[in-house]
Amino acid sequence: MTDATLSYAAHGDPHHLRGLQEGPLGHEGPAPKRIVTAYGFWIFLLSDIVMFSCFFAAYAVLLRQTAGGPSGSELFDLRSVAAETAFLLLSSFTCGLAMIAADVRDARRYQIGMAVTCVLGLGFLTLEAREFADLVARGAGPTRSAFLSAFFTLVGCHGLHVSIGILWLLTMMAQVYAKGFRADVCRRLLCFALFWHALDIIWVGIFSVVYLLGSAT
Amino acid sequence: MSEQQVRDFHEQHDLAPGDEEEVRVGPRLIGYVIGLGLSILLTATSFFVAGTDLVWQPSIPVALSVLAIAQMGVHIVFFLHITTGPDNTNNVLALAFGVLIVFLVVAGSVWIMHHMNQNMAPMEQIMQMH
Repeated sequence: MTDATLSYAAHGDPHHLRGLQEGPLGHEGPAPKRIVTAYGFWIFLLSDIVMFSCFFAAYAVLLRQTAGGPSGSELFDLRSVAAETAFLLLSSFTCGLAMIAADVRDARRYQIGMAVTCVLGLGFLTLEAREFADLVARGAGPTRSAFLSAFFTLVGCHGLHVSIGILWLLTMMAQVYAKGFRADVCRRLLCFALFWHALDIIWVGIFSVVYLLGSAT
Repeated sequence: MSEQQVRDFHEQHDLAPGDEEEVRVGPRLIGYVIGLGLSILLTATSFFVAGTDLVWQPSIPVALSVLAIAQMGVHIVFFLHITTGPDNTNNVLALAFGVLIVFLVVAGSVWIMHHMNQNMAPMEQIMQMH
Protein backbone atom coordinates (compact mmCIF):
# COMPACT_ATOMS: atom_id res chain seq x y z
CA MET A 1 0.00 0.00 0.00
CA THR A 2 2.74 2.40 0.98
CA ASP A 3 4.79 1.43 -2.08
CA ALA A 4 1.84 2.06 -4.38
CA THR A 5 1.28 5.47 -2.84
CA LEU A 6 4.96 6.38 -3.18
CA SER A 7 5.21 5.29 -6.81
CA TYR A 8 2.08 7.27 -7.59
CA ALA A 9 3.55 10.33 -5.90
CA ALA A 10 6.81 9.90 -7.80
CA HIS A 11 4.89 9.59 -11.06
CA GLY A 12 2.93 12.76 -10.44
CA ASP A 13 5.99 14.70 -9.34
CA PRO A 14 8.94 13.27 -11.26
CA HIS A 15 11.36 16.04 -10.29
CA HIS A 16 10.33 16.08 -6.59
CA LEU A 17 9.46 19.74 -6.85
CA ARG A 18 7.14 19.49 -3.84
CA GLY A 19 10.07 18.43 -1.70
CA LEU A 20 12.00 21.49 -2.91
CA GLN A 21 9.24 23.88 -1.94
CA GLU A 22 8.74 22.47 1.51
CA GLY A 23 11.82 24.12 2.95
CA PRO A 24 13.77 21.96 5.41
CA LEU A 25 14.50 19.32 2.77
CA GLY A 26 14.98 21.95 0.06
CA HIS A 27 18.66 21.37 -0.55
CA GLU A 28 18.05 17.72 -1.42
CA GLY A 29 16.04 18.59 -4.53
CA PRO A 30 17.46 19.29 -7.98
CA ALA A 31 20.33 21.78 -8.04
CA PRO A 32 19.48 25.40 -8.92
CA LYS A 33 19.43 26.25 -12.60
CA ARG A 34 22.53 28.49 -12.30
CA ILE A 35 24.60 25.50 -11.14
CA VAL A 36 23.14 23.06 -13.70
CA THR A 37 23.76 25.50 -16.58
CA ALA A 38 27.28 26.46 -15.55
CA TYR A 39 28.24 22.85 -14.81
CA GLY A 40 27.00 21.72 -18.23
CA PHE A 41 28.98 24.51 -19.87
CA TRP A 42 32.05 23.53 -17.82
CA ILE A 43 31.77 19.98 -19.24
CA PHE A 44 31.56 21.46 -22.76
CA LEU A 45 34.66 23.59 -22.10
CA LEU A 46 36.58 20.54 -20.92
CA SER A 47 35.61 18.67 -24.10
CA ASP A 48 36.78 21.70 -26.08
CA ILE A 49 40.10 21.54 -24.24
CA VAL A 50 40.35 17.82 -25.10
CA MET A 51 39.85 18.77 -28.77
CA PHE A 52 42.66 21.33 -28.49
CA SER A 53 44.89 18.69 -26.88
CA CYS A 54 44.61 16.65 -30.13
CA PHE A 55 45.83 19.66 -32.12
CA PHE A 56 48.64 20.16 -29.58
CA ALA A 57 49.63 16.49 -29.97
CA ALA A 58 49.63 16.84 -33.79
CA TYR A 59 51.83 19.93 -33.53
CA ALA A 60 54.28 18.26 -31.13
CA VAL A 61 54.58 15.22 -33.44
CA LEU A 62 54.96 17.27 -36.64
CA LEU A 63 57.26 19.97 -35.20
CA ARG A 64 60.33 18.82 -37.18
CA GLN A 65 58.51 17.74 -40.37
CA THR A 66 59.26 20.95 -42.25
CA ALA A 67 59.72 19.28 -45.70
CA GLY A 68 62.77 21.46 -46.34
CA GLY A 69 60.72 24.59 -45.61
CA PRO A 70 61.23 27.18 -42.88
CA SER A 71 61.21 26.07 -39.23
CA GLY A 72 59.65 27.82 -36.28
CA SER A 73 62.79 29.65 -35.21
CA GLU A 74 63.01 31.30 -38.65
CA LEU A 75 59.32 32.30 -38.74
CA PHE A 76 58.10 33.36 -35.31
CA ASP A 77 58.27 36.98 -34.16
CA LEU A 78 58.30 36.65 -30.37
CA ARG A 79 57.68 40.37 -29.76
CA SER A 80 54.36 40.12 -31.57
CA VAL A 81 53.53 36.98 -29.56
CA ALA A 82 54.35 38.80 -26.30
CA ALA A 83 51.97 41.62 -27.30
CA GLU A 84 49.21 39.10 -28.14
CA THR A 85 49.76 37.43 -24.74
CA ALA A 86 49.50 40.77 -22.96
CA PHE A 87 46.26 41.64 -24.79
CA LEU A 88 44.61 38.32 -23.94
CA LEU A 89 45.79 38.29 -20.31
CA LEU A 90 44.56 41.83 -19.68
CA SER A 91 41.24 41.05 -21.40
CA SER A 92 40.79 38.11 -19.02
CA PHE A 93 41.37 40.50 -16.11
CA THR A 94 38.91 43.14 -17.37
CA CYS A 95 36.37 40.36 -18.06
CA GLY A 96 36.67 39.38 -14.38
CA LEU A 97 36.14 43.02 -13.33
CA ALA A 98 33.04 43.21 -15.55
CA MET A 99 31.67 40.07 -13.85
CA ILE A 100 32.14 41.65 -10.40
CA ALA A 101 30.27 44.74 -11.68
CA ALA A 102 27.51 42.46 -13.01
CA ASP A 103 27.20 40.70 -9.63
CA VAL A 104 26.64 44.01 -7.83
CA ARG A 105 24.29 45.15 -10.65
CA ASP A 106 26.45 48.11 -11.71
CA ALA A 107 25.45 48.38 -15.39
CA ARG A 108 27.78 51.28 -16.26
CA ARG A 109 30.98 49.64 -14.94
CA TYR A 110 29.87 46.32 -16.47
CA GLN A 111 29.52 47.87 -19.93
CA ILE A 112 32.89 49.67 -19.59
CA GLY A 113 34.62 46.44 -18.50
CA MET A 114 33.09 44.45 -21.37
CA ALA A 115 33.98 47.19 -23.89
CA VAL A 116 37.63 47.18 -22.75
CA THR A 117 37.63 43.36 -22.96
CA CYS A 118 36.26 43.60 -26.51
CA VAL A 119 38.92 46.15 -27.59
CA LEU A 120 41.73 43.98 -26.13
CA GLY A 121 40.31 40.89 -27.85
CA LEU A 122 40.14 42.74 -31.17
CA GLY A 123 43.74 43.88 -30.67
CA PHE A 124 44.74 40.23 -30.20
CA LEU A 125 42.89 39.19 -33.37
CA THR A 126 44.45 42.03 -35.39
CA LEU A 127 47.98 40.98 -34.39
CA GLU A 128 47.22 37.34 -35.18
CA ALA A 129 45.70 38.17 -38.58
CA ARG A 130 48.76 40.29 -39.41
CA GLU A 131 51.06 37.42 -38.42
CA PHE A 132 49.13 34.91 -40.57
CA ALA A 133 49.09 37.28 -43.57
CA ASP A 134 52.84 37.86 -43.16
CA LEU A 135 53.56 34.11 -43.06
CA VAL A 136 51.47 33.42 -46.17
CA ALA A 137 53.14 36.32 -48.00
CA ARG A 138 56.56 34.81 -47.22
CA GLY A 139 55.51 31.50 -48.79
CA ALA A 140 54.99 29.79 -45.41
CA GLY A 141 51.26 29.14 -45.70
CA PRO A 142 49.47 26.08 -44.30
CA THR A 143 50.18 24.10 -47.49
CA ARG A 144 53.99 24.46 -47.27
CA SER A 145 54.75 21.62 -44.80
CA ALA A 146 53.17 19.32 -42.23
CA PHE A 147 54.65 21.53 -39.51
CA LEU A 148 52.92 24.64 -40.89
CA SER A 149 49.62 22.76 -41.40
CA ALA A 150 49.66 21.79 -37.72
CA PHE A 151 50.63 25.33 -36.72
CA PHE A 152 47.82 27.03 -38.68
CA THR A 153 45.23 24.47 -37.49
CA LEU A 154 46.08 24.89 -33.81
CA VAL A 155 46.57 28.66 -33.69
CA GLY A 156 43.79 29.31 -36.21
CA CYS A 157 41.33 27.23 -34.19
CA HIS A 158 42.14 29.31 -31.11
CA GLY A 159 41.72 32.50 -33.15
CA LEU A 160 38.32 31.24 -34.34
CA HIS A 161 37.30 30.67 -30.71
CA VAL A 162 38.35 34.23 -29.82
CA SER A 163 36.31 35.59 -32.77
CA ILE A 164 33.22 33.68 -31.61
CA GLY A 165 33.90 34.88 -28.05
CA ILE A 166 33.88 38.52 -29.23
CA LEU A 167 30.54 38.02 -31.01
CA TRP A 168 29.18 36.47 -27.79
CA LEU A 169 30.63 39.38 -25.77
CA LEU A 170 28.84 41.98 -27.93
CA THR A 171 25.61 39.95 -27.64
CA MET A 172 25.91 39.96 -23.84
CA MET A 173 26.51 43.75 -23.79
CA ALA A 174 23.35 44.21 -25.88
CA GLN A 175 21.30 41.78 -23.75
CA VAL A 176 22.21 43.49 -20.49
CA TYR A 177 21.48 46.87 -22.11
CA ALA A 178 18.08 45.71 -23.37
CA LYS A 179 16.92 43.31 -20.64
CA GLY A 180 18.95 44.24 -17.56
CA PHE A 181 20.48 41.72 -15.16
CA ARG A 182 17.73 39.08 -15.45
CA ALA A 183 18.47 35.61 -14.06
CA ASP A 184 18.78 34.01 -17.52
CA VAL A 185 21.05 36.82 -18.76
CA CYS A 186 23.23 36.36 -15.67
CA ARG A 187 23.56 32.62 -16.37
CA ARG A 188 24.75 33.41 -19.91
CA LEU A 189 27.21 35.91 -18.45
CA LEU A 190 28.64 33.25 -16.14
CA CYS A 191 29.09 30.89 -19.11
CA PHE A 192 30.68 33.66 -21.19
CA ALA A 193 33.20 34.42 -18.41
CA LEU A 194 34.12 30.72 -18.20
CA PHE A 195 34.57 30.59 -21.99
CA TRP A 196 36.77 33.71 -22.10
CA HIS A 197 39.01 32.57 -19.21
CA ALA A 198 39.33 29.08 -20.78
CA LEU A 199 40.54 30.70 -24.05
CA ASP A 200 43.28 32.42 -22.06
CA ILE A 201 44.32 29.07 -20.52
CA ILE A 202 44.59 27.54 -24.01
CA TRP A 203 46.64 30.54 -25.15
CA VAL A 204 49.09 29.87 -22.28
CA GLY A 205 49.64 26.43 -23.81
CA ILE A 206 50.00 27.91 -27.30
CA PHE A 207 52.59 30.57 -26.50
CA SER A 208 54.60 28.11 -24.37
CA VAL A 209 54.50 25.05 -26.64
CA VAL A 210 54.02 26.51 -30.13
CA TYR A 211 56.00 29.73 -30.03
CA LEU A 212 58.61 29.47 -27.26
CA LEU A 213 59.38 25.73 -27.61
CA GLY A 214 58.89 25.91 -31.41
CA SER A 215 61.44 28.69 -31.81
CA ALA A 216 63.87 27.03 -29.37
CA THR A 217 64.19 23.89 -31.51
CA MET B 1 20.89 39.52 -5.91
CA SER B 2 22.17 41.41 -2.86
CA GLU B 3 25.26 40.16 -1.08
CA GLN B 4 23.10 38.66 1.68
CA GLN B 5 20.98 36.76 -0.85
CA VAL B 6 24.10 35.52 -2.62
CA ARG B 7 25.53 34.34 0.70
CA ASP B 8 22.31 32.47 1.63
CA PHE B 9 22.25 30.92 -1.83
CA HIS B 10 25.81 29.67 -1.48
CA GLU B 11 25.34 28.30 2.01
CA GLN B 12 22.63 25.95 0.80
CA HIS B 13 24.13 24.72 -2.47
CA ASP B 14 27.25 23.70 -4.34
CA LEU B 15 29.12 26.35 -6.25
CA ALA B 16 28.62 26.75 -9.99
CA PRO B 17 31.93 26.69 -11.88
CA GLY B 18 33.07 30.31 -12.17
CA ASP B 19 31.21 31.39 -9.02
CA GLU B 20 33.26 32.38 -5.98
CA GLU B 21 32.72 31.53 -2.33
CA GLU B 22 33.74 35.11 -1.57
CA VAL B 23 30.91 37.55 -2.31
CA ARG B 24 32.41 40.85 -1.04
CA VAL B 25 33.69 43.08 -3.84
CA GLY B 26 37.00 44.11 -2.21
CA PRO B 27 38.47 40.62 -1.69
CA ARG B 28 37.23 39.52 -5.12
CA LEU B 29 39.05 42.46 -6.75
CA ILE B 30 42.21 41.57 -4.82
CA GLY B 31 41.88 37.97 -6.05
CA TYR B 32 41.81 39.09 -9.69
CA VAL B 33 44.77 41.46 -9.12
CA ILE B 34 46.81 38.66 -7.51
CA GLY B 35 45.94 36.34 -10.42
CA LEU B 36 46.97 38.99 -12.96
CA GLY B 37 50.24 39.69 -11.10
CA LEU B 38 51.20 36.01 -10.88
CA SER B 39 50.32 35.47 -14.56
CA ILE B 40 52.45 38.42 -15.67
CA LEU B 41 55.34 37.13 -13.55
CA LEU B 42 55.11 33.59 -14.98
CA THR B 43 54.67 34.82 -18.58
CA ALA B 44 57.66 37.15 -18.28
CA THR B 45 59.76 34.30 -16.85
CA SER B 46 58.73 32.02 -19.77
CA PHE B 47 59.74 34.58 -22.38
CA PHE B 48 63.00 35.31 -20.51
CA VAL B 49 63.92 31.61 -20.19
CA ALA B 50 63.20 30.97 -23.88
CA GLY B 51 65.43 33.80 -25.09
CA THR B 52 68.40 33.63 -22.72
CA ASP B 53 71.80 31.93 -22.83
CA LEU B 54 72.12 32.07 -19.04
CA VAL B 55 70.20 28.82 -18.53
CA TRP B 56 71.48 25.33 -19.35
CA GLN B 57 69.91 24.85 -22.79
CA PRO B 58 68.55 21.24 -22.47
CA SER B 59 66.57 22.27 -19.39
CA ILE B 60 64.58 24.90 -21.29
CA PRO B 61 61.72 22.65 -22.57
CA VAL B 62 61.13 21.29 -19.06
CA ALA B 63 61.28 24.78 -17.54
CA LEU B 64 58.77 26.12 -20.12
CA SER B 65 56.38 23.19 -19.48
CA VAL B 66 56.52 23.71 -15.72
CA LEU B 67 55.94 27.46 -16.07
CA ALA B 68 52.99 26.86 -18.45
CA ILE B 69 51.34 24.35 -16.10
CA ALA B 70 51.87 26.70 -13.15
CA GLN B 71 50.24 29.56 -15.06
CA MET B 72 47.28 27.39 -16.06
CA GLY B 73 46.87 26.57 -12.36
CA VAL B 74 46.91 30.28 -11.49
CA HIS B 75 44.21 30.98 -14.10
CA ILE B 76 42.04 28.10 -12.88
CA VAL B 77 42.20 29.21 -9.24
CA PHE B 78 42.09 33.01 -9.54
CA PHE B 79 40.01 33.51 -12.72
CA LEU B 80 37.85 30.38 -13.06
CA HIS B 81 37.56 29.90 -9.26
CA ILE B 82 37.84 26.11 -9.51
CA THR B 83 39.28 25.46 -6.05
CA THR B 84 39.52 22.58 -3.60
CA GLY B 85 36.67 23.96 -1.48
CA PRO B 86 33.99 21.52 -0.23
CA ASP B 87 31.32 23.00 -2.54
CA ASN B 88 33.54 22.62 -5.59
CA THR B 89 34.00 18.83 -5.71
CA ASN B 90 31.98 18.20 -8.91
CA ASN B 91 33.84 20.90 -10.81
CA VAL B 92 37.25 19.62 -9.67
CA LEU B 93 36.39 16.01 -10.57
CA ALA B 94 35.25 17.03 -14.07
CA LEU B 95 38.49 18.99 -14.46
CA ALA B 96 40.55 16.01 -13.24
CA PHE B 97 38.94 13.77 -15.87
CA GLY B 98 39.64 16.38 -18.57
CA VAL B 99 43.28 16.65 -17.50
CA LEU B 100 43.60 12.84 -17.60
CA ILE B 101 42.34 12.69 -21.22
CA VAL B 102 44.56 15.62 -22.26
CA PHE B 103 47.58 13.90 -20.71
CA LEU B 104 46.81 10.56 -22.41
CA VAL B 105 46.32 12.16 -25.83
CA VAL B 106 49.40 14.40 -25.78
CA ALA B 107 51.90 12.17 -23.94
CA GLY B 108 50.67 9.03 -25.74
CA SER B 109 50.97 10.61 -29.21
CA VAL B 110 54.44 12.02 -28.56
CA TRP B 111 55.65 8.73 -27.02
CA ILE B 112 54.35 6.47 -29.82
CA MET B 113 55.48 8.71 -32.66
CA HIS B 114 58.94 9.09 -31.10
CA HIS B 115 59.35 5.29 -31.03
CA MET B 116 58.08 4.96 -34.60
CA ASN B 117 60.58 7.54 -35.81
CA GLN B 118 63.36 5.62 -34.07
CA ASN B 119 62.40 2.09 -35.12
CA MET B 120 61.15 2.53 -38.68
CA ALA B 121 63.35 2.92 -41.73
CA PRO B 122 63.31 6.41 -43.26
CA MET B 123 60.61 6.92 -45.88
CA GLU B 124 63.12 7.09 -48.78
CA GLN B 125 64.33 3.52 -48.01
CA ILE B 126 60.77 2.16 -47.83
CA MET B 127 60.02 3.69 -51.23
CA GLN B 128 63.13 2.04 -52.74
CA MET B 129 62.08 -1.42 -51.47
CA HIS B 130 59.05 -1.48 -53.77
